[in-house]
Amino acid sequence: MKPIPRWADVALIPLVSVAFAAICAALLLLAINEKPIEALMLMIDGTLFRSSGWGFMLYYTTNFIFTGLAVSVAFHAALFNIGGEGQAMLGGLGVALVCLFIPWPHWTLAILGATAGAMLFGAMWAAIPAYLQAKRGSHIVITTIMFNFIAAALLNYLLVNTLKKPGSMDPATDSFPVATHLPTFQDMSALLGFEKMFRGSPANVSFFLALIACVLVWFLIWRTRLGFQIRAFGKSPTAANYAGISPTWIIMIAMVISGALAGMMAVNTTQGEAERLILNFTEGAGFLGIAVALMGRSHPFGVLVAALLFGFLFQGGAELGFWTSIPRELILVIQALVILFVGALDNMVRMLVGQIFASLGYKG
Amino acid sequence: MSFMKSILGSAAALALSAGAALADPAIIFDLGGKFDKSFNEAAFNGAKKWADETGGSFREIELQNEAQREQALRRFAEAGSNPIVMAGFAFASALGEVAKDYPDTSFVIIDMVVDSPNVRSVVFNEHEGSYLVGMMAAMASKSNTVGFIGGMDIPLIRRFACGYAQGVKAANPDATVVANMTGTTPAAWNDPVKGSELTKAQISQGADVVYAAAGGTGVGVLQTAADEGILSIGVDSNQNYLHSGKVLTSMMKRVDTAVFNAFSDGPGLETGFNVMGLANGGVGYAVDEHNASLVSAEMTQKVEAAKVKIVSGELAVHDYMSDESCPALDF
Repeated sequence: MKPIPRWADVALIPLVSVAFAAICAALLLLAINEKPIEALMLMIDGTLFRSSGWGFMLYYTTNFIFTGLAVSVAFHAALFNIGGEGQAMLGGLGVALVCLFIPWPHWTLAILGATAGAMLFGAMWAAIPAYLQAKRGSHIVITTIMFNFIAAALLNYLLVNTLKKPGSMDPATDSFPVATHLPTFQDMSALLGFEKMFRGSPANVSFFLALIACVLVWFLIWRTRLGFQIRAFGKSPTAANYAGISPTWIIMIAMVISGALAGMMAVNTTQGEAERLILNFTEGAGFLGIAVALMGRSHPFGVLVAALLFGFLFQGGAELGFWTSIPRELILVIQALVILFVGALDNMVRMLVGQIFASLGYKG
Repeated sequence: MSFMKSILGSAAALALSAGAALADPAIIFDLGGKFDKSFNEAAFNGAKKWADETGGSFREIELQNEAQREQALRRFAEAGSNPIVMAGFAFASALGEVAKDYPDTSFVIIDMVVDSPNVRSVVFNEHEGSYLVGMMAAMASKSNTVGFIGGMDIPLIRRFACGYAQGVKAANPDATVVANMTGTTPAAWNDPVKGSELTKAQISQGADVVYAAAGGTGVGVLQTAADEGILSIGVDSNQNYLHSGKVLTSMMKRVDTAVFNAFSDGPGLETGFNVMGLANGGVGYAVDEHNASLVSAEMTQKVEAAKVKIVSGELAVHDYMSDESCPALDF
């Protein structure tokens, strides 16, 4: 493959990929007699030109950052964690138990407790497949995906039989006490004197928690001994083993960190948005984390940018749903096209860009 | 520069047109999607009937995720849609928040009660309708074993199952009810293949009438029942036509009527608690040309007698939601 400059690798290739995806989506919209430019304008207007649009975008982004980081950490150890969905579900259970049964005096303490609960439960759920991989050789892809179903069944059982608010038709816990409610962007901007900003949108302080998680993951992977061991194991397990790095330890620790990160997503959705534990609060963010990690090249900054893009696509997709007759299945197809071009067809764009740079005389 | 202008211009035009449609009603479908041949589709049919009869237009959205519930309510309310109908119990907490912010907008929620001066809560007595089709199932069964296939194991579906089991036991105290749920994720509402597998499993346990209360999954149940030569019972919409002569009946839950009434009453509709039961035709069983040959005169006579008793209050069908237990079926 022809060499390309680093700035092109980091910035140009994702942009070209997104452009290809946009062209395909536009052709698709033309095929069903919708106007692609207007659709794009609607998405941009409803997301970037409205503060509540930002509020929704950043809410989705927060979820995707957590699950994207979760998949990235496992990727660095060459482990494919498809269980983000189940680990997030268990994380939600941890958040709910912490918020419902501990009388928190203030949200600042409650968010610490809930984060610890989410991390603990998510990590525990990831630890079982990790142990089976490390000690029994059961493939992590199979076990983590199966654990998603077990998590869904467990959550369903607990919500219908034990945690449900008595007499309610809705399989959900009672609302968390007011002291545990996290300040939303609306509350925060009201403090600054802008009452009308971010009205009705769910983004909350856990967005900053996600940003902190990005920095910590970067520090862990590139600035600590453990991070070096994880990367060494990911590049070559046999060489790492020869250098005295225990495969069991790395598999366990990488998956536990991964599960804890996936579980933290529940702080945003369960404590921040719903303020109670509901069925189905993960809504596929655990799976989307894979696309986010692929697109972000498993780097925390890349994950952040990819999560913003998917946050935009989710909120923009909602706008299309509200104001056009584009069916929601097609909105899903548009999101899938972005994943396809950016994640799966990366080399196609890379070769194309490499050819262009070679013809311009770039030698690397 | 002019390009930028035209972009900004069209964005502004869109923003304007988004707010222009005044006082059109709106309907929000739950995550199962509009064309589930069942609950959401019944709601859509009610809205469509209103549009056909009045020539009016309405806004609609199929939700993609949980966070959109409140967003959809707010965006439609801000755009001036009135009344706003939502199909599904899961909207309750979002509506509780939103209703007080838009006191001039009328909201209608189906399957759940929200106590607010501008909300009409429509609930259906599914247990009563299920009781009647349970009686019919027991009378049509030759093996004394009948099946129930639910979507997810949630209280609403337990209410269906409990009413059904009581009806079965009332018509034939020796009958066995085999009950299964399809899954634990929302995919269970739209999984005809799993519905088909469960039907086969229930047939192997001796069931020869199967009642599906599982949204789109029921399509697979009815299909397999027809293929295997046993009878099935549809739900929510009249599904008798799907396999003419092979569907015993359908437990009608007139969500379409609820939506049609809400749209017809228009802005400022009468709010409060609205029970749709056997008495006002909110639930019932369907008899048409597709199943007339399956429903015997004896069946009709007994079921009608039970219906009269339920309406008069002489016969009380136990509601699972009243104490979260069921005398006729264990979960």
